[in-house]
Amino acid sequence: MNAPFFKFGLFGDEASLIVAFVIGIGFGFFLERAGFGSAKKLTDQFYFRDMAVFRVMFTAIVTAMLGLFYLAAVGWVDLSLVYIQPTYLWPQIVGGLLLGIGFIVGGYCPGTSLVALATGKLDALVFVAGVFAGIFAIGEVWPSITGFTESSNLGRLTLPEVLHLPMGLVVFLVVLMAVGGFWGAGVLERRFAASAAKEEK
Amino acid sequence: MSSDSHDVRRAPAPYMNPYLAGIGLGLVLLGSFVVMGRGLGASGAFSSACAVAIDAVAPAHAQGNPFWRDYLTSGVGHPLKEFLVFEVLGVLVGGFLSGLLAGRVRRTVEKGPRISIGGRFAWAFVGGALMGIGAKLARGCTSGQALTGGALLSAGGWAFMMMVFAGGYGAAWMMRRQWL
Repeated sequence: MNAPFFKFGLFGDEASLIVAFVIGIGFGFFLERAGFGSAKKLTDQFYFRDMAVFRVMFTAIVTAMLGLFYLAAVGWVDLSLVYIQPTYLWPQIVGGLLLGIGFIVGGYCPGTSLVALATGKLDALVFVAGVFAGIFAIGEVWPSITGFTESSNLGRLTLPEVLHLPMGLVVFLVVLMAVGGFWGAGVLERRFAASAAKEEK
Repeated sequence: MSSDSHDVRRAPAPYMNPYLAGIGLGLVLLGSFVVMGRGLGASGAFSSACAVAIDAVAPAHAQGNPFWRDYLTSGVGHPLKEFLVFEVLGVLVGGFLSGLLAGRVRRTVEKGPRISIGGRFAWAFVGGALMGIGAKLARGCTSGQALTGGALLSAGGWAFMMMVFAGGYGAAWMMRRQWL
């Protein structure tokens, strides 16, 4: 088997759009199944009431990472042909921080806002309008801030390279971290539920 | 829920177990890696749509800005014939189908009990705008950087993900009246 299929020319550009649509259906379906079409469910993460965002996200990361690592190890997938976005460290740190604040202020992230919109949430419609406004604003000033946006370009950089550890070991450490996180998430939920119950008395 | 006893619509089904939903999401992501050689995304589709809208209103202005021009020159013959645009259309369809099957499609506003609908809308707009700005600076959002970059062990993706949680937890106390 030679994968990624698209990179080996198994289908063309036009067909790739249909593939994109099908992948998107799967993506949207599981986001909604998880409850991520609800801003309440999403933001409960940040009040330790329901850590579903962390659980779903890290289960998905571990599943895809283990699958890809295995398929690459048996030689079915050429990892060098899987696109990894270049690291722009400082823009990503600042962007991530703004996005995190936007998450708790707005209630969604771009992907989940679309699922919320599709299931009738009017606040998601306003949120989507906000995303367009934000993109418009930064797109307009982009040429004058490239000094920052193009800074700290470290290229295609992975954690095994940063840590000077074999990829298999990093994969194992991420799995360990996720499992530890799942355990910790349950502890935090119970602790905050207990203190909330005490407050109500 | 008991107060809606005269509501003829069936009660929404409970959400899927988070670990099962995570495995489903992970397999979709893995499928995208294997079939396409790339992961998932969302904010890029918003940018493509934004660029096309600006180009329709003020073509010279759009072509004069490299940020918009990059989006206008991508795609299979048309800037909207883009992987992420079609993927995002699928997200809308998939989300709707799942919601429909679970009885969760209904017109409503998601908010805590202590904020007005107008207040919620104002924060939703501000949060969306912050999200748009952040996603462009970081060259991706929760889907493209945290989920995809996370699974690919991208250094920038992991740095981004840590900062998203830091930003969310950091601002949560200030936003408690909106949600709790």
